[in-house]
Amino acid sequence: MKRIALVGMPNTGKSTFFNRATGASARVGNWPGITVDLLGAKLLLAGEMVELVDLPGIYDLHGFSDDEQVVRHFLENNPVDLVVIILNATQIDRQLSLALQIKQLCLPAVLLLNMADEAKKFGITVEAGKMSNALGMPVVLLSAKYGNGYQDAHQVIAQGIQHSTPVPPEKLQVLLAADDQIETDMEAVLKRTVQMPVQLSDNLTTRLDRLLLHPWLGLPLFFLIMYLLFQAIFLLGKPLQDGVGWVLEAFKQGALEPMLAGLPAALHGLLIEGIYNGVGTVATFVPIIILFFLFMALVEDSGYLSRAAFLMDALMARLGLDGRSFVMLLLGFGCNVPALMGTRVMRSRALRLLTMLVIPFSLCSARLQVFVFITAAIFSPKAAPLVLFSLYLFSFAAAFTTALLFKNRFRNNEPFILELPPYRFPTLRQMILRGWHEVRHFLSRASKFIIAGVVLVWLLTHFPQGAAPGSDATWAGMIGHFMEPLLSPIGINQQLAIALIFGFVAKEIVVGSLAVIYGLEGTALTGIMAQQLDWVQAYSFMLFTLIYTPCLSTIATIRSESKSLAFTLFSVAFPLGLAWLLSFAFYQAARALGY
Amino acid sequence: MDTDTINLETLQPGETGTIAALHTDRALSYRLAALGFRVGKRVEVIRHGRFSGPLHVRIGATDIMLRRKEAQKIEVKALA
Repeated sequence: MKRIALVGMPNTGKSTFFNRATGASARVGNWPGITVDLLGAKLLLAGEMVELVDLPGIYDLHGFSDDEQVVRHFLENNPVDLVVIILNATQIDRQLSLALQIKQLCLPAVLLLNMADEAKKFGITVEAGKMSNALGMPVVLLSAKYGNGYQDAHQVIAQGIQHSTPVPPEKLQVLLAADDQIETDMEAVLKRTVQMPVQLSDNLTTRLDRLLLHPWLGLPLFFLIMYLLFQAIFLLGKPLQDGVGWVLEAFKQGALEPMLAGLPAALHGLLIEGIYNGVGTVATFVPIIILFFLFMALVEDSGYLSRAAFLMDALMARLGLDGRSFVMLLLGFGCNVPALMGTRVMRSRALRLLTMLVIPFSLCSARLQVFVFITAAIFSPKAAPLVLFSLYLFSFAAAFTTALLFKNRFRNNEPFILELPPYRFPTLRQMILRGWHEVRHFLSRASKFIIAGVVLVWLLTHFPQGAAPGSDATWAGMIGHFMEPLLSPIGINQQLAIALIFGFVAKEIVVGSLAVIYGLEGTALTGIMAQQLDWVQAYSFMLFTLIYTPCLSTIATIRSESKSLAFTLFSVAFPLGLAWLLSFAFYQAARALGY
Repeated sequence: MDTDTINLETLQPGETGTIAALHTDRALSYRLAALGFRVGKRVEVIRHGRFSGPLHVRIGATDIMLRRKEAQKIEVKALA
């Protein structure tokens, strides 16, 4: 099969183009370096199946950081029939060098100048025909986001791939060595083909930056915006959550119970109280998670993350980290796994490791479900949002303290230079794609971890045979008993202990397994939890859940990204110890104060 | 450094300079060049971050942030 590689500088819309061309849903955002892995998809082009590979964005082909190495290795080791170069038309004055580097390698290429819509607004005109002659490759103006120019792009790519002869990878390795000529070539091509205003007009981005990067207001505004976003998620999400809960309950009462009434008691219990209640309780959180990711996509695409990096860099520098580390912590609010992979843009290994050590403290959306569930059960509706907010503060505090403790062990002096892209609005299509992506992600987790987890919890709480469900005589009771010396000083009872053990696999299981352990769901479940737990115990449990061992996927990612077993073990053990100490301090202090 | 050149960090917000020299190692020079930092280019300082935070500068159509430590390695000629 013929192969096409997408190459371009970071944040030029390669993944947006890739998604549009293949119908895939690669993650896109207005943040340089969002694609850090190779992503391939097949597509039909002029009656022939070809493979399209989306490569991470790179500044040049001389790989120094991990993501640049990925691209270079790919080109050196895989025959490519056509390189599709995507550049940002508004920054053509510096990005053209990449096209010339590709040309120098004699790779068959076409050049797509993306964000043509934005360039037009800036008063930049590019004469595509002239540039095509100067470069000796087809040039097309494009807006991947809105789809303008897409037909032309499709056509030149189809033509390009039909008439191309791939360059043997061995030849590339030799050619990649020398390219001093490029600088002078670039100036010559630009002079002949591009007219650019000397000073950019006073545009919206500049005006927004004046406010959002204000010396005194910048940081308070950042926290205000984050707080309002979370408030909006719960304001919109709560009724949806209640709606899903109501539908699931109605389905159980109206259809499932009568249908399964004839089954033996044990099987009936496993199906209803185990799987249906367990997965159902987790499923009620899907609307909140979708909303969360829609808002997250909005923030990512807007370009505000780079501003957050700017605002926080002074503080992060004192912690041995940099602005990018802070942005990865924010991305970690969604899921820790992509945030960990995002650290590939860092060149210094020490900085990467230190950032990877703190990312798992980020209160990810799975942990959020646990906290929403417990705060709704134990705290008053007025106190609940504040309790949640305090957990976000603890999440930051744990990350910052850890960085401070270990910054001397992971000393680095990596330079920190980052583009500040213009503010952009994501299209509705991008946001819907993202939301759909999360639903699929949840369904795949649900079908693997969550079902297996709740089934196991059900078995543990109902066996050996003859033991009263949930009593001390069950296996779960024995495990809880065994853990008691360790967990009772931090106020965690046997039922919660079982949930914690399974939370190690995936945090979503915590909520599902609580439903199974208590054999209840919905308001009956929250009711009994409110009876059994006081707020001090509940908060101690949440603190522990926030900080203790990241989930299994996170650990696997840390292992594969750090390529160090010792570091992985440390990143499991240290949070476990910290979680216990913090919960212990909180629980004992609260009790000593008479709560 | 020449007497009539200063380093980029000294340039105040709102001021513009022409890049005279880059005193950086190879890896950093590549990254800076790819972002548009080349000898002869005009660079405008937009703002300084609080608490010795990074600099926000503009070269051509690109906005870039960089730390003061890196800015010190970039020699510029201030334009009136």
